[in-house]
Amino acid sequence: MLIKERAVLALEDGTVYRGYAFGKRGETIGEVVFNTSMTGYQEIMTDPSYNGQIICMTYPHIGNYGINVYDMESNRPYVRGFIAREFTHTHSNHRATEGLEEFTTAHGVISISGIDTRALVRRLRQGGVVKGIVAHRSFTHPDDPYGEFSSDEEAAMVARARAYEDIDGRDMMPEVTTQLPYVWPAQANLEKGKRIVFMDFGIKHTIIKKLAEIGAEVIVVPATTTPAQIMALHPNGLFLSNGPGDPSAPTYTHETVWKLLGLLPTFGICLGHQILGLAVGGKTFKLKYGHRGGNHPVKNLLNGKIEITSQNHGYAVDTDSIQGHFRATHINLNDQTLEGMAHLRYPVFSVQYHPEASPGPHDSHYLFQRFIEEVNTFSGANALPTAKSSSGLIGV
Amino acid sequence: MPKRTDIHTVLIIGSGPIQIGQAAEFDYSGTQALKALKTAGYRVVLVNSNPATIMTDPELADATYLEPLTIEFLEKVIAKERPDALLPTLGGQTALNLSLALADAGILEKYGVELIGANAEAINKGEDRQLFQQAMQKIGVECAKGKMIHTLEEALAWVVEIGYPAIIRPSFTLGGTGGGIARDEAEFIALLTQGLPMSPTHSALIEESIIGWKEFELEVMRDHNDTVVIITGIENFDPMGVHTGDSITVAPAQTLSDKEYQELRVISQKIIREIGVDTGGSNIQFAISPTDGRVIVIEMNPRVSRSSALASKATGFPIAKIAALLAVGYQLDELPNDITRVTPASFEPSIDYVVTKIPRFAFEKFPDAPQRLGTQMRSVGEVMAIGRTFKESFMKALRSLESDQRGDFEAMSASQLDALLEPTPKRFLSILELLRRGSSVDALHDRTKIDRWFLAQLEEVVAAERELKTLGTLETWKYELWREVKRLGLSDARLGELSGKSELEVRNLRKAAKCFPVYKTVDTCAAEFEAFTPYHYSSYEWEDEVRPTTKPKVMILGSGPNRIGQGVEFDYATVHAVWALREAGYETIMVNSNPETVSTDYDTADRLYFEPLTFEDVMNIVEHEQPIGVIVQLGGQTPLKLAAALEAAGAPIIGTSPSAIHLAEDRLEFNRLCTRLGILQPRGAVANTPAEALKLARELGFPLMARPSYVLGGRAMRTVHSQSDLEKYLTEVYSSVEGNPSILLDQFLENALELDVDCLCDGVIAVVAGVMEHVEAAGIHSGDSACILPPVHLSSTLLEEVHATTKHLALEIGVRGLMNVQYAIYKEQLYILEANPRASRTVPFVSKAIGHPLAKYAALIGVGQTLEQIGFTAAPVPSYYSAKEVHLPFLKFPGVIPVLGPEMKSTGESMGIDADPHLAYYRAQLGANVKLPRSGNVLLVGSGLEEIARRLETLGFITHSSVSDDNAVLPDLLIDLTGSRILRRALEAGQPFYTTLEAAQWLVSALEKLGGAVVGVSSLQEWQSTIV
Repeated sequence: MLIKERAVLALEDGTVYRGYAFGKRGETIGEVVFNTSMTGYQEIMTDPSYNGQIICMTYPHIGNYGINVYDMESNRPYVRGFIAREFTHTHSNHRATEGLEEFTTAHGVISISGIDTRALVRRLRQGGVVKGIVAHRSFTHPDDPYGEFSSDEEAAMVARARAYEDIDGRDMMPEVTTQLPYVWPAQANLEKGKRIVFMDFGIKHTIIKKLAEIGAEVIVVPATTTPAQIMALHPNGLFLSNGPGDPSAPTYTHETVWKLLGLLPTFGICLGHQILGLAVGGKTFKLKYGHRGGNHPVKNLLNGKIEITSQNHGYAVDTDSIQGHFRATHINLNDQTLEGMAHLRYPVFSVQYHPEASPGPHDSHYLFQRFIEEVNTFSGANALPTAKSSSGLIGV
Repeated sequence: MPKRTDIHTVLIIGSGPIQIGQAAEFDYSGTQALKALKTAGYRVVLVNSNPATIMTDPELADATYLEPLTIEFLEKVIAKERPDALLPTLGGQTALNLSLALADAGILEKYGVELIGANAEAINKGEDRQLFQQAMQKIGVECAKGKMIHTLEEALAWVVEIGYPAIIRPSFTLGGTGGGIARDEAEFIALLTQGLPMSPTHSALIEESIIGWKEFELEVMRDHNDTVVIITGIENFDPMGVHTGDSITVAPAQTLSDKEYQELRVISQKIIREIGVDTGGSNIQFAISPTDGRVIVIEMNPRVSRSSALASKATGFPIAKIAALLAVGYQLDELPNDITRVTPASFEPSIDYVVTKIPRFAFEKFPDAPQRLGTQMRSVGEVMAIGRTFKESFMKALRSLESDQRGDFEAMSASQLDALLEPTPKRFLSILELLRRGSSVDALHDRTKIDRWFLAQLEEVVAAERELKTLGTLETWKYELWREVKRLGLSDARLGELSGKSELEVRNLRKAAKCFPVYKTVDTCAAEFEAFTPYHYSSYEWEDEVRPTTKPKVMILGSGPNRIGQGVEFDYATVHAVWALREAGYETIMVNSNPETVSTDYDTADRLYFEPLTFEDVMNIVEHEQPIGVIVQLGGQTPLKLAAALEAAGAPIIGTSPSAIHLAEDRLEFNRLCTRLGILQPRGAVANTPAEALKLARELGFPLMARPSYVLGGRAMRTVHSQSDLEKYLTEVYSSVEGNPSILLDQFLENALELDVDCLCDGVIAVVAGVMEHVEAAGIHSGDSACILPPVHLSSTLLEEVHATTKHLALEIGVRGLMNVQYAIYKEQLYILEANPRASRTVPFVSKAIGHPLAKYAALIGVGQTLEQIGFTAAPVPSYYSAKEVHLPFLKFPGVIPVLGPEMKSTGESMGIDADPHLAYYRAQLGANVKLPRSGNVLLVGSGLEEIARRLETLGFITHSSVSDDNAVLPDLLIDLTGSRILRRALEAGQPFYTTLEAAQWLVSALEKLGGAVVGVSSLQEWQSTIV
């Protein structure tokens, strides 16, 4: 169709991109970031780590293979808005159960297409992430959806974007963590009775599945769970999940992790990694435009191997700030930022990237196996780290 | 690990003459590898018999051997050059097979040459179907049910288990040669009988059919550190059943979810590790069931392939260059990504556009061959186009093909269109037409199995074409509507058709609405990092990220898709122009649509625009870049055809002017010029009706060369010897076309000696660079004739006349740059056949033969330098002889008898150099993959062969002059001047055959010379150093 309902993306810096409406009609506001994965839009939309963000997909065709019931990373989309050069109207894939248009409409994902997404990405790369608004014409002008927004209307959107609360310093845990603990049973019975407590900072289902697949019973607990409550579950390991937002904001999680440090084999991913760094007094900083995509090369410093990784983070742990507690085990070869660390004394390690992929390459699945090995060989809270991890073999 | 220091000299084997399935992409990969290895400090030795390539330029390798690609000659080169390593993965199937043969024969071991990149075991595992299947079983990867058979009986027993249709894949053949899909037992027997003997191991894989499944390819790279990355996924528009080289393909994959794509990625990693390709690129093909997602591995190429070239161009990741560096020890994470400079090559490109490749076919040259596509590749070239969406890229690719035939389709009946849906080269055009007539996506999917997503995308284009007609006249369109229409990839010309306006009117209205394309960058990273490479494509978007510089710049138009008659030679010429102008301080801008080429490498020109070579797209770039000059004379007919329109629109055409081009190309103008200059031409006339043709023919006298005034898909020129011949010809021509084309009749100079001349002219002086004597007499297309430089049978007086006439003509026409003239010597008189004021396909051959880069000089003349300034006021006549022979693609076209005629059919060429002209011819024969016997049975069919027979007998051959029946044992050598069916059998069996008296004479002379001679090897650099 050549004539479509109009929509705009208005950024706080005053740039206005004019395109067309897609998905749920309305207006939405959030932090605008981009993701360079060419596949996996469903996983991205339903990943709670994107809470509060409007995602621009760099790949121009989004929706080609529809939506299916298998690839959900949580029970609903968490993205605040979605941007693509073109959304597909006729999807095609044997796994598909519905189209992207039905899905976004049903789940309230306010989206825009037809804008020069490459120009937007270049703008974000040069100026860093910004706040923005996606607004559909029919939301404010239901009688004239094909008309243009006036410059006053656009200016007002820019002003609203500017006035919107920053992600920095905001605690997003209440928006994403589970309200009540729940159990995810082990799918294999390799090591009877190994129980892992997941601190849910906005967890992706694939991570739970990965550990359940290799024999762990998983108990997912809210982010506010105290160390005593966690220990009362008699876990054999602790997992710190991924999640959205500024890692420095939920200070109570830093406290909890600090108190549990050394008591349990611990594995952290993404936000969990950052919280682990903050728990020992380290620092995090905001990246100019983040790492979001499925093609980032990471070097495993312990064995020299290269992994192509799935990434989704706007903050990073300052490598120098964790000295004395952790050693760097993985670095990003694009910008040399910290991608993984292992504790100097305890079987505690973490990665900034997403070994569970979904979406993205499967090069780093070995980390789950590695964690389970730590759990299996752990011989008590006061024990020194196992020989393996002290010899620096984490990640092999 | 950084580069190896225990290796000093690396041998690279090229892929020989361009042929179907093995084309310019290996010039691209070889050239990249040579440059990379030299830069890394290695001495590089190259063997390739193909002179039309850039890789065989003497500057690229340290020693370049234009010698036959046979074990015998390769051993001689190895013995002489003593390389430490052989890199076998960059010269296609030819180089891979030869490397394996060198290893098997113990030659590599004897001289201490190490195979790098992939060892013999890995090559065997990847190439041998049975070993491959075993390997896949070991790692739990599913292959199609199949069995390796060695006899027909064995095959018939197996096919009972898998049923029909069944797929036949002969082992170790190029581009699926000899393979096919058998729908029943008769087809099965026919295919196997033909295909089995083509396999060097006399074996073939018989597989269950997965026709109609979705087809994907992944381009994989691995290094010594076991880092494995996927450069890109490619999805075939045409599902299983059409060879991937003949399929429309799209990058990246469009219809796979992340779960499915990652499954293919994991399998690919397992495969490359199991096969044991140590370093470099591989290509893995998959079929996926559209109904349940079952994944089957089709094959893997343990080498750089045609798809690697496409993947490199599609992503900006230079696969061949990186593969070469990995082979000498570097790791991916030690090499920078050239495009971003700051990030390493150990990553997977993310692209923010869509790439479409469409193959180009040449069935019109072989009207007797069925136009049906299958598992054997038949396309001769390809185009690639980049757009922000599939629709845009597909439509750009469509117009890049330069063969828009929409008119034909509008007139077709539904059943005619339906017949084209069987996989044929025109399937996608038929689909577009059927969609216009209201066919549904589902119906077309059921009929073709093409994924609904692709069909729905095409339907959107067709729907928009319909919708835009309801949106008022073009004069009323605002910018946004224009942009949305152009975003679909619709050309100005197509909008003109839809609105009843000319292309130029549409262009002007579009520009008045301020709707211009912007230019985006191919950067491997979807804009995540700053890009430093100037590799661009157009799109109708908001931001233009390509700012023209203020430097003086020259734009060079490339030659578009390779086709018969316009091949890699023209890429050679345009690349040379770029190099010369860069050296001379100009900023160079390349425009081309062919992904196989060196010209579309991002570091060839200062800027690369990967765009269709149409008036619209080229003129847009001219207006964007404002070059001081546009060079159209080096890319063959494609850019030449655009010259007049570009000039009229204000583009500064440099070199020979469009009016001078017209003077040479317009028959009447040219006749007048020749008459004025006193140059003899064959008598000729134009007839407008059959009756007139017969009348004029009587006046002119037979024999005559007849052809329609415009080229008609395949039925073009023919020699007619009598009134009845002509009548037959006229009936054919007039019955097969609408309207009444006029017929050109020319006196045919029977048995004349034909000459090809390349000359340079700066407007002040003209220099004849080379005179080539054709082996075959006039009447055989010059592009299909073997030739010798300098001439052997030309008297000095006539040679003098050739020089004088050529120079005179060049100055009179007003050539500024290159001109090619074809002459015939008939009864000791010089006749001119045609003059082309542009680079010819012999330019690379002559340049190599005389040691002067003619295309470079032509480019410099274009920007105003004189031949005197260039230092080329007279061409040297080398003391050695260079011979050229051609490669013909008959094998790929079932049933066609391999004879030569006035229509060009060859796809590639070889070169041989020797102090003796006949031995040069001999080398060129071997270089063109002719397997010449030194003894045995010769069958001679035709008249006038008595002397040949006698001489062959003296050489010890046993001669025969008749063949008992069609099933007779084939001779070791066949000379047949009558075009009989036995030629086809010889072709299919790979036996040498000659079809003209002249070629037979040259051959026999060569065999006589060969008698006691020691045939050594000399590099091109050594030969050229003898030129004074």
